[in-house]
Amino acid sequence: MKVGVVTFPGSLDDVDAQRAVRIGGHEAVALWHGDHDLRGVDAVVLPGGFSYGDYLRCGAISRFSPVMAEVVEAAGRGMPVLGICNGFQILCESHLLPGALIRNDHRKFVCRDQRLRIENVATPWTSSYEQGAEVTIVLKNGEGGFVADAETLDLLEGEGRVVARYLDVNPNGSARDIAGITNERGNVVGLMPHPEHSVEDLTGSGTDGLGFFTSLAAAVLA
Amino acid sequence: MPRVVVDVMPKPEILDPQGKAVLGALPRLGFSGVTDVRQGKRFELEFEGELTDEVLAEVRQMADTLLSNPVIEDFTVSVETPVAAVEAVE
Repeated sequence: MKVGVVTFPGSLDDVDAQRAVRIGGHEAVALWHGDHDLRGVDAVVLPGGFSYGDYLRCGAISRFSPVMAEVVEAAGRGMPVLGICNGFQILCESHLLPGALIRNDHRKFVCRDQRLRIENVATPWTSSYEQGAEVTIVLKNGEGGFVADAETLDLLEGEGRVVARYLDVNPNGSARDIAGITNERGNVVGLMPHPEHSVEDLTGSGTDGLGFFTSLAAAVLA
Repeated sequence: MPRVVVDVMPKPEILDPQGKAVLGALPRLGFSGVTDVRQGKRFELEFEGELTDEVLAEVRQMADTLLSNPVIEDFTVSVETPVAAVEAVE
């Protein structure tokens, strides 16, 4: 599969995401924020970082970049889209996912190996995990507190749209320990932890993140 | 030149860690009596020509789509006459 990784001005983890895509068995295609087409990719990753310097709000400016118009359109057609950290913030600002991400309740940047439970394995990004799998994936954020009104939270829980939940510690004050969610259709996933940093034994805490990138093949072939 | 001010504030039910940090710093500096601080953003938009209802409606649209995130923030729009303009009239 061809998986596009968008680079915005201020993206940090685009190269790691491309590498994770390749280790996951796919071809990584570099996309630029100013692009007006998606170069024929089958899926898109919006990587972490500080796009547009986090000016105004995290992800607020990126949402209006030319490439995002294409991503929103493709997501509407069912293309798998994964937003990691800043990418998750961009997906919320784009209204592809509900809720918003605000500054960590403890006001400090957090960087840790985070235990998570994968709670929805029906998405194209999580299908290679077992339901309820407990994994450890790198987490690093300053504004990772997921918030939404109670009605939206109940809807997400009721429809099984919480993709991943924090275990042991809630690292950023996220409502109901939510680490990641998906849209109604299940093709768009936003995740605060960084699976692209947890794909090789040489670096980081292990390879528990690899499933996010190997899931794609299974999802599309199915 | 007319100026339109958009004030953006976190919704009351949304945690405001920055406001909390300021609230915590005030007593350390010897300022007492403040029971809560909320931190928001102020945008000053300058226009040429007259501020019509259409322009103000457009500002509300700007505030709703870009300047604020309605999921977590509220905004108000107000028209401000710059001090220099007032003095010139006087």
